[in-house]
Amino acid sequence: MNLHEYQAKELLKKYNVPVQEGFACSTVQEAEEAYRQIKTQSGSKFAVVKAQIHAGGRGKGAIKENGINGVKVGKSLEDIQEFAQKILGGTLVTVQTGPAGKVVNKILVAQDMYYDGASERKEFYLSILLDRSKGQNVIMYSTEGGMNIEDVAHDTPEKIFKEWVHPGGGLQGFQARKIAFNLGLSGEAFKNCVKFVTNLYNAYVGLDCAMLEINPLFKASDDKIIAVDCKMSLDDNSLMRHPDVAALRDITEEDPTEVEAGKYNLNFVKLDGNVGCMVNGAGLAMATMDMIKLSGGEPANFLDVGGTANAQTVEAGFKIIMKDPAVKAILINIFGGIVRCDRVAAGVIDAYKNLGNINIPIIVRLQGTNAEEAKKLIDESGLKVQSAILLSEAADLVKKAVA
Amino acid sequence: MSVLVNKSSKILVQGFTGTEGTFHATQMIEYGTNVVGGVTPNKGGTTHLDRPVFNTVADCVKATGADVSIIFVPPAFAADAIMEAADAGVGLVVCITEGIPVQDMVRVKSFLQSTKTRLIGPNCPGVITAGECKVGIMPGFVFKTGRIGIVSKSGTLTYEAADQVAKAGLGISTAIGIGGDPIIGTPTKEAVELLMNDPETDAIVMIGEIGGGMEAEAANWIKADGNRKPVVGFIAGQTAPPGRRMGHAGAIVGGADDTAEAKMKIMSECGIHVVNSPADIGKKMAEVLNK
Repeated sequence: MNLHEYQAKELLKKYNVPVQEGFACSTVQEAEEAYRQIKTQSGSKFAVVKAQIHAGGRGKGAIKENGINGVKVGKSLEDIQEFAQKILGGTLVTVQTGPAGKVVNKILVAQDMYYDGASERKEFYLSILLDRSKGQNVIMYSTEGGMNIEDVAHDTPEKIFKEWVHPGGGLQGFQARKIAFNLGLSGEAFKNCVKFVTNLYNAYVGLDCAMLEINPLFKASDDKIIAVDCKMSLDDNSLMRHPDVAALRDITEEDPTEVEAGKYNLNFVKLDGNVGCMVNGAGLAMATMDMIKLSGGEPANFLDVGGTANAQTVEAGFKIIMKDPAVKAILINIFGGIVRCDRVAAGVIDAYKNLGNINIPIIVRLQGTNAEEAKKLIDESGLKVQSAILLSEAADLVKKAVA
Repeated sequence: MSVLVNKSSKILVQGFTGTEGTFHATQMIEYGTNVVGGVTPNKGGTTHLDRPVFNTVADCVKATGADVSIIFVPPAFAADAIMEAADAGVGLVVCITEGIPVQDMVRVKSFLQSTKTRLIGPNCPGVITAGECKVGIMPGFVFKTGRIGIVSKSGTLTYEAADQVAKAGLGISTAIGIGGDPIIGTPTKEAVELLMNDPETDAIVMIGEIGGGMEAEAANWIKADGNRKPVVGFIAGQTAPPGRRMGHAGAIVGGADDTAEAKMKIMSECGIHVVNSPADIGKKMAEVLNK
C-alpha cells in the first residue's frame, strides 16, 4: 500500500524524524489558512505547494488543464491562492503517471526549507528497502540528492553507498555515523544526521515499510537534517497489525475495478489486452497470461480466484472482467486439486446462467480431479462455452477466438 | 534415498486442530504420510485425528520423535511457529502460510542461521515425494511416481507441470514448492542442488516467476556444476507489467534483471531447456530425455 507524502510525513514525526512541516489542504480556503500559519511559524513569506498523488516526478510534471507544475514555490498569499486553485482538481501528468495523469484531490502547503544561513545547503538521497538476496534491510544513500536515483546508479555508481542492517542487532551507531561521514557532514549537521538515520530506520521497521525513500534528504543552512519529500510504501501483509495505518488507504488512487475485485477477495490486476482470464493460483495465472500472448492475444487482466473457485467467485470474476469493453474472449483456467473440477464446472454454468447475455466466447479449461466429468457437464449444458482439458488445447481455442 | 521427505519421515502438524490443519492433515494421512502428532497451544493432552496434540513443538518432538513439521498457523503467528520448530530441533520445517509480514521473515531467516533447520516456504504448496510422503496441500494423485524432480515458486503451476510430466509418460521423484514470497527458506538454487545430488532423480523441472534473482543464481550454479542433469525451465510473468505485484508477494518486476525475459535468457545461456509456453513443459522434458 502506498501513502501520500503528507501521510508519510505525519507518521515519520511520530518517530522523531524531522520533516518539512506543512498542512494537507483540499480547498483554496484551507490553503490560505495553512499559508498564514506557516508564515507566522517560520517568519518567512515563502511556502511550497505540492500536489499529493501516488506518483513521482511531480515537480517536473504539469497539470493537463493549465500547464502549471505539480510543485510550486510561492512568496505571497496571492501566489498560494493561484497555485491551489490551479492544482486542486486538476489532472497531473508526470513521467510516472502515464499520459492519462492523476486527479489531484489534496495539496500539501509546506514550509520553504531553502532559506539562507551560515552554512551551505545540501541535498542528499537516502532510502531503506529489503535486499531480497541477502534477506536483510539495506540503507541506500548518496550525496547526489534531489535527482532520479536510477540515473545516479547508472551514470555514477561509485556515488551510491549501501549499509546492510543485521536483523538481530538492528542498526548500530557506527553504521549511522558511517552514513553521516560518507555524506560529508560534520559538527551539528553530523549529529543531526546520525539521529535522523537512526530514527528513520526505527520508523521503517516499526511501520513495516516495504520501502521508505527520502529524496531529497536535506541539510538546511542552519545544519538541520530534514525530510523534504518522502515516499513510503507499506508491506500489505503487515497491515493487520497496523489498523491505524491501514485506514490511510486512498482508494481514489487505485483502479476502481481492482478495488471492487478486492471486495470479493479476488486478486485482480487490470491490463490493456483483449483476452480476459480467470485462474486459480498466482503462478498459473501469470503463466496463463503468457500463454494468451503466445496464442496471438493480449491478456486483459491478471485474476487469481484462489483455492475455492465456486459459482459466487466465478460470477464476480465474470462481472469484473466484462466491465472492460476491450475484452473479446475469456479463458477460465482451473487446475482442480483439492477442489473438484465438476464442482467448478457447475459453478461456471450457474454463473453463466445468472448473468444471462454473455456475447463473447468463453473458454473453460478444467484439469485435475474429475476433469472428464467437468468437460461433459460443460459440453452438455447447451451454453456457448468451449471446453478443454489440456493447456495446449486451451491455447488453440484462444488462438481461434482472437483470429 | 529421496529428497527431503520419504516413507520414514515423521511429520508433526503446527496449527493441527484448526480448519486448514485438520483438512490437510487428513489428506496427508490418506496419502500415507506418517503424521505422528500435532501442536496447538492450550490443547495439549487431547487427541485429534487419532493423533496426540501437544502444547509445544518441543513436547511433541520429545514424545513422538517427529523430524519434519508442517505449519498451518495464521500469518500473524507463523514466524513464531517456524522459530519454535527450529528451536525444538526439527530438521525440516514446511511453512504453507501465505501473508507473513516481510520483516517477520527477515528475523526468521536470521534466526535459522544459528540452527540446523531447513525451511521450505512460506507461501508454498509443500513437498511431496511421489508415492511415499506428502507434506503439503497438493493433490497427491497428480504426482505419479518417477524420476523427474520439480522445483517451483508456484502451487498450481507445480501441479500443471507434474500432470504434463505424467502425460508425457514420465513421473515425479520429489516436487519442492519453494514459495512465492520475497524471503523464503530454501531458494531455487538450494532446491535444485538437492535434486542434482539425488540418485533417484534423472532430470529437473525448474519453474520460476518474475521478481528477485533466485533463478539466475540457480542457473549459474547449474552451469558451474557442469549441467549434470537436464533441466527444463519456465518463468511465469512474461506479460506482467513492471512495478505491479502479481498475486504472490515476491512476484514484482523491480528492475531490468528480474523480468521473465532476463531470467529466461540467463537460464538458456546456462544450458537450461527453457520453454516459452507453460503448455510445453511435459513435452519438452520428454524430448530432452529422448535425445
